[in-house]
Amino acid sequence: MRWIWIDKFLEFESGRRAKAIKNLSLAEEHLHDHFPGYPVMPNSLIVEGLAQTGGILVGEQSGFEEKVVLAKVAKAVFHGPAVPGETLTYTAEVEAFQEGGAVVAGTAHVGDRLQAEVELFFAYLSDDERIQNLFEPKNFVFTMKLLGVFDVGRASGDGVAPPDAWTKLKELAKSNDTP
Amino acid sequence: MPSPDEIFEKVREALVEALGVDDDEVTPDAKLVSDLGAESIDFLDIVFRLEKAFDIKIPRGDLFPENILTDPQYIEDGKFTEAGLKELRERMPFADLDEFSQDPRREVFQDLFTVDTICKYVGTKVGVA
Repeated sequence: MRWIWIDKFLEFESGRRAKAIKNLSLAEEHLHDHFPGYPVMPNSLIVEGLAQTGGILVGEQSGFEEKVVLAKVAKAVFHGPAVPGETLTYTAEVEAFQEGGAVVAGTAHVGDRLQAEVELFFAYLSDDERIQNLFEPKNFVFTMKLLGVFDVGRASGDGVAPPDAWTKLKELAKSNDTP
Repeated sequence: MPSPDEIFEKVREALVEALGVDDDEVTPDAKLVSDLGAESIDFLDIVFRLEKAFDIKIPRGDLFPENILTDPQYIEDGKFTEAGLKELRERMPFADLDEFSQDPRREVFQDLFTVDTICKYVGTKVGVA
């Protein structure tokens, strides 16, 4: 399974808002466990999809140089199920950029129907070495695989280059592995 | 200019939303961490909500001067030094430091942050105090 919970960006307004979609399909294994005979998209994964939409929005502000983690789900309200065959539209809007992180308000819609409302806090990780050791690149909101989604629909056709900070982290991880 | 009661009501609302606590738990002497269960990330949340509610700007470390805690000249053997206490008095004129100064252990530092402390801080920002 790939930890990518959005399929495509529809809109991206740097530093302000982003809109992405997630198509729900019975080909997704987890829908058969949640629940047997009654497949519904888990609300936790809807929050994850909104966090990926909002996280990319926040990370893009620094050219993905800041390491962004989802620090708190301050609010999550769900109004009904989302089922296979439906498309979830995630809208994330930045409410505030602060020194330590950012606040994002998000909604999920199925067509015109409001499905979920969330408020998310993202934190920037400092360059503290202790924290670098705690969080490997794979823990961040955005990995290169997820950023691949961001590439779809970019007018220039150029992919997003890995930010310098990531290259440094990878080197650090490698040097830690060497005995 | 808001009255102290209006400040308290807005602070209460911010804390109820940020910490998921009940209205009646947010009393003036309630401690943010030990009584209301605030964790470190909640402080970012509280700052955001206060900025929005009062239309003020709260620079990092202004309300919660966390960087004092990691400075060896201010903390020694788990206690605030004289220099540390002096720094606290300068940085947190809105907090009541008299009792804390008697037993300035690092682990009780967080108890300085009560609902009343937050209200007083906001008061200094909106010009009431």
